[in-house]
Formats: sequence, structure tokens, C-alpha cells
Amino acid sequence: MKLLVCIKQVPDLESRFKPDAAGVWYNETDLAFRMNEYDEYAVEQAVQLREKLGEGTELTVLSIGPDRVVEAIKKSLAMGCDNAAHIQDQAASAKDPWQIASIIAAYAKDKAFDIIFTGMQSQDRGSAQVGVTIAEQLGFACTTTIVGFDYVDGTITAKRELEGGIKGVVKLKTPALVTCQLGLNVPRYPTLPNIMKAKKKEIVAIPVADLLTEESLTTTASFHPPAKKGGGIVLEGDVADLVEKVIAILKDKTTVLR
Amino acid sequence: MKTLLIGEYREGKLLDSTYELLGFAGQMSAETSMLLVGSETQLPTYSGTLYLAEAATCGEYNPGLHKKLILEAVQKESPDLIVFLHSSYGWDLAPRVAAALKAAQISEVIAITDGGFEVGCCNAKMRRTVKPATAQAVLTIQAGAFPVLQSGGTPNIQKLTAAGDCTLEFVGYEPAEKKDIDLAKAEVIVSAGRGIGKKDNVPAIQALAKALGGELGASRPVVDAGWVEHSHQVGTTGQTVSPKLYVACGISGAIQHLAGMKKSDFIIAINKDKDAPIGEIADVLVVADVMQFVPALTAKVLR
Ligand SMILES: Cc1cc2nc3c(=O)[nH]c(=O)nc-3n(C[C@H](O)[C@H](O)[C@H](O)COP(=O)(O)OP(=O)(O)OC[C@H]3O[C@@H](n4cnc5c(N)ncnc54)[C@H](O)[C@@H]3O)c2cc1C
Ligand SMILES: Nc1ncnc2c1ncn2[C@@H]1O[C@H](COP(=O)(O)O)[C@@H](O)[C@H]1O
Repeated sequence: MKLLVCIKQVPDLESRFKPDAAGVWYNETDLAFRMNEYDEYAVEQAVQLREKLGEGTELTVLSIGPDRVVEAIKKSLAMGCDNAAHIQDQAASAKDPWQIASIIAAYAKDKAFDIIFTGMQSQDRGSAQVGVTIAEQLGFACTTTIVGFDYVDGTITAKRELEGGIKGVVKLKTPALVTCQLGLNVPRYPTLPNIMKAKKKEIVAIPVADLLTEESLTTTASFHPPAKKGGGIVLEGDVADLVEKVIAILKDKTTVLR
Repeated sequence: MKTLLIGEYREGKLLDSTYELLGFAGQMSAETSMLLVGSETQLPTYSGTLYLAEAATCGEYNPGLHKKLILEAVQKESPDLIVFLHSSYGWDLAPRVAAALKAAQISEVIAITDGGFEVGCCNAKMRRTVKPATAQAVLTIQAGAFPVLQSGGTPNIQKLTAAGDCTLEFVGYEPAEKKDIDLAKAEVIVSAGRGIGKKDNVPAIQALAKALGGELGASRPVVDAGWVEHSHQVGTTGQTVSPKLYVACGISGAIQHLAGMKKSDFIIAINKDKDAPIGEIADVLVVADVMQFVPALTAKVLR
């Protein structure tokens, strides 16, 4: 069997974001990057399946982006992926989900993957489009937002998470793509021996130009902070002081303290 | 401007979220038609054209088939915009329709701006204004971002039928986990978010909840990590609450969390990040380390 997992590297979301020179995305200076949280669940699920199937199964991890994404690729290799494809693109952040999906579909087209795993969404862009669009372009069966996964003999049984905590159980035949939701599993931490082993695994670098044939279908006019709604008070300073202020507010504005 | 709205139906019922689509179309002042895979016994109160397919035969979740039905209606209506909710139904189906039409898709629209659409990004901390570069576009709108509009009337029904396509088999629903606690009744909720740092810090948050006579709530990562039981989760995939006082401890304010608690009467958030999006809805944002502030507040409340 051949498995593929797609990962994106995203900035630490506790950072402060400033617009870039063009004013359409964030400026990357001073940002620390890590693997998209949803993709950690995707990698873990792919690795668990890889372990279950054993010999004869190959799990590839793929990421599109500049050189920094190799860090996230290495983490996936240390988690248990067999090899990697780094699609080199300095301008990945300027591409819309349609283009990103098209690049991945172009890569996967002639490789006969049986199952592709992606995250449900990326934390910075958050379009929740790339996975489903890859599946459509490849003609794969697809389901989204999974919180349960099982594979037996060419059939995936997945649990989709719906609003309010209800779940929908679906079965799909491979080739198939699933998009992974938070809580699907418990992503492992790479161990030191596995980090060492991962250093020997192959990372194939492919220039994006080799795979890109599609134009962007959207344009971004601006990237900006939300308009401040006002109303709320912001309290800063010494903890003891803050406690006094909050107690006064609780007495004044709510009935919980008397 | 013409819109085709894709209504929502689950477990034999029309979902109220369908009316948010009408709220969106109202703001666009657009000519509107709707498509629903549902039932004739559960019609929306709305007086325009309704393309109706029976869920009893087409299935409630059968994206391949629903896509075909939508493409049929698109053929008939030639809409400029095909609009879904950004929901488990919508984000699953919208990219399939967009791919088939090779139309631009803009996800999780929160507002209509001059010639474009406003969407959130970077975990709701920032915004982008996005424009479609294709004549036809697919949108998903954020739950709660547009007003509910029930214009009244009865729809003019156009029946659709489609056959085949089963790359996927829907087995059935699994109910939400049983709740051992009903947060909806709590007057005070103090919720723990990932910012509390570790499981060992949960009791400190619980202590404040107790001191204020309330219950413990939690954001999703805290539940996923097994620090707090799922029955305490607040948000779209947990409980919806509206207590007199909601205290968010180390919670960033992602839309899925806000959806579950923004109707609270009074909201206090404790966060070390002054820009955390929870600040947009909080009455008071306390910029502090949660594990320094919360125990100090608890001590003072108990005194
Ligand atoms: C379909 C779907 C459904 C979802 N359903 C839900 C749901 O029902 N409920 C839910 O909560 N989420 C839900 N989520 C997840 C949601 O998108 C967010 O990922 C989640 O709410 C984030 O939780 P958090 O705020 O605790 O963590 P983070 O987003 O990681 O935020 C942690 C916050 O703590 C602050 N912090 C860190 N350290 C400290 C410190 N020492 N002192 C003070 N502050 C600190 C940080 O500044 C940050 O703002 C859902 C997501 C999806 C896609
Ligand atoms: N640059 C990228 N490289 C590889 N995979 C990606 C990239 N961008 C998005 N993806 C995948 O697509 C999923 C959904 O992303 P998005 O549509 O941006 O919300 C992510 O969780 C990843 O699995």
C-alpha cells in the first residue's frame, strides 16, 4: 500500500502578526514556525496505519513551502513516515487553496496512492479546502473532519464529527482521502532514536514549477487586524492590583459576589 | 446578482442555520433561490424557488450525489454565488462543487465588503479581504456571522432527482456522548483553556469555579488532551452556554469556542496575549499569567 500525508508549517499563533510589504499576508520576520496542529493528527493516523500494515507499505510526507518547512518534514519522518517530498516554493503563501491542491494532485497523479491524509484545515489560512479539492482532482472518495479511523481490506470506516458532538459514520473504498480533526488520536512525540533514524530518510526536493499549472482563482485585497469592537476593558499590571480591580468589577457588574 | 443558497437538513429536520443563508442573501440584496436535500414536510418559510430533493432517497450525507444535484440547479439558475454554511455539511461539499465548476471558493466569510468578502485567519486574530477571480464563486459563511432571516411565505418547489454515485456509504449517526453535567443551567462558568499549561493546573481553575458558585468549563484542546471530561466542553462541538458570568482562563477565542459562550451576560478573559481574539467579546480582558492570577483571585473571593 502507498500512503501520503500532507502537512503545512504555520506560525506560532500566539505571535503578533503584522502585514507584509504587499499588505496581503503576514510578515514572516520574527515568527517561529511549527507543524499545523491538525496535520499532527493526520501524520499520527498515517503512521498508525503504516505500523498496522507493516512491511510493503510506504508512507510519504509532503509539504509545499520554503526551506523552513523541512523542519516540519523532519518531525514527520521522526514520527514514522518513510520518506518525504519537499515541494520547494518561496511563494507558497501567495497561492490559493486551489493552486496548493493542484500542485499536490499533480504530484500524486501517477503515484497510485491508496490513502491520502490531510488536516481538516490550516491554522493560519483556515480554508478547509485543500484536502477535498485534492480528492476531487484525483477522483478519490473523500470524507472530512474525522475523529475516528479504521482500515480493513480496501475499506475505510471513518467517524465524522458534526455540530453538537454528534458523529456520522461513513465507509469509503480506497483510493480515498480523509481530512483529520483535532482529537482523532494522540500525536506522538518523536523519540531521540527516531530523530536519529529520521536523518537517514530521503527527502526528495521538487521545484514547484515542475508541478504548477494552475492560476489562482481568488485574489487577496488586504490582510489586517479586526476592527476593534470596543466596549471591553483591558486590565494590565501587577497581579494583586488586577485582583482588586476584578473583584470590584464583579461586585459592580454581576450578582455573583455580595 | 444571483445567489443559490444550499440549505441544511439533518436527522429528519431542517436546520435553523439555513435562515442565516437568507440573512446573507438579504445583505447582498441578491435575487435568491435555494436548494435543499430534505423533505417536503420540513420546508423553510421562504417564498422563492426551492430546488428540493428527498433526503429519504438521496441520503443526508452523500456528497457525490448532493454535488450532482447542486450542479443541476446551478445549470438552471446560473447563480453568481453558490452559498453554503461553513459547517460539517458545507465545508465538505463546497470544495466539490467549486472544483466541478472550477469556480473560486472563499471559506468562512464573516462580512461583505466593498467588492469582496472578509474572512478570518491566523486563528481569528487577523482578517483578509478576498475577491473571487472567476465569474461564478462558491462561498461558505461562518455560523453566526449573518443574521437569521425568516421572510415568511411558502417556497415554489422544483423537484430534483439524481441517481447513482456511491463512492461512500453513510452508515448512521452516533449520538453525542452523554453529559453528566448540564452546563446550560450553570449561572457561573469558569473555563480552562490550553493556556493553563498542564493537567495539574485544572484544580486551580476548578477552585475558582467553586469559589464563585459555578461549574468548570473547558476548551477543546483541554478535553482532547484528557485533562477535563468532554461533558465540560464549551463550543460548537460541545455545549452552548449563557451564564451570568463566564470566565475564560487561557483561552484564545477561536470562533468554535466563542459560538458556545458569546451569549454569556458578562465575560472575563484572562490571557497573557493582549491581542487574543477573546478580547473582542470579553467585557474585561485581564492581561496576566493565568496561573498567577487565578489562584490569587480565588483566595480573594474566598476571603
Ligand atoms: C470543526 C471544529 C469544531 C471545534 N469545536 C470546538 C469546541 O466545541 N470548543 C472549543 O473550545 N474549540 C473547538 N474547536 C477548536 C478551536 O478551533 C480552537 O482550536 C480551540 O478553541 C483553542 O482552544 P484554546 O483557546 O484553549 O487554545 P489556544 O488557541 O492554544 O489558546 C491558548 C491561549 O492561552 C493563552 N496563554 C498561554 N499561556 C498562558 C498563560 N500562562 N497565562 C495566560 N494565558 C496564556 C495564549 O495567549 C492563547 O490565547 C473546534 C475546531 C473545529 C475545526
Ligand atoms: N503548503 C502546504 N503543503 C502541504 N499541505 C498543505 C499545504 N497547505 C495546506 N495543506 C494541507 O491541506 C490541509 C487544509 O488546509 P487549508 O485548506 O489551507 O485549510 C492542511 O491541513 C494540510 O494537510
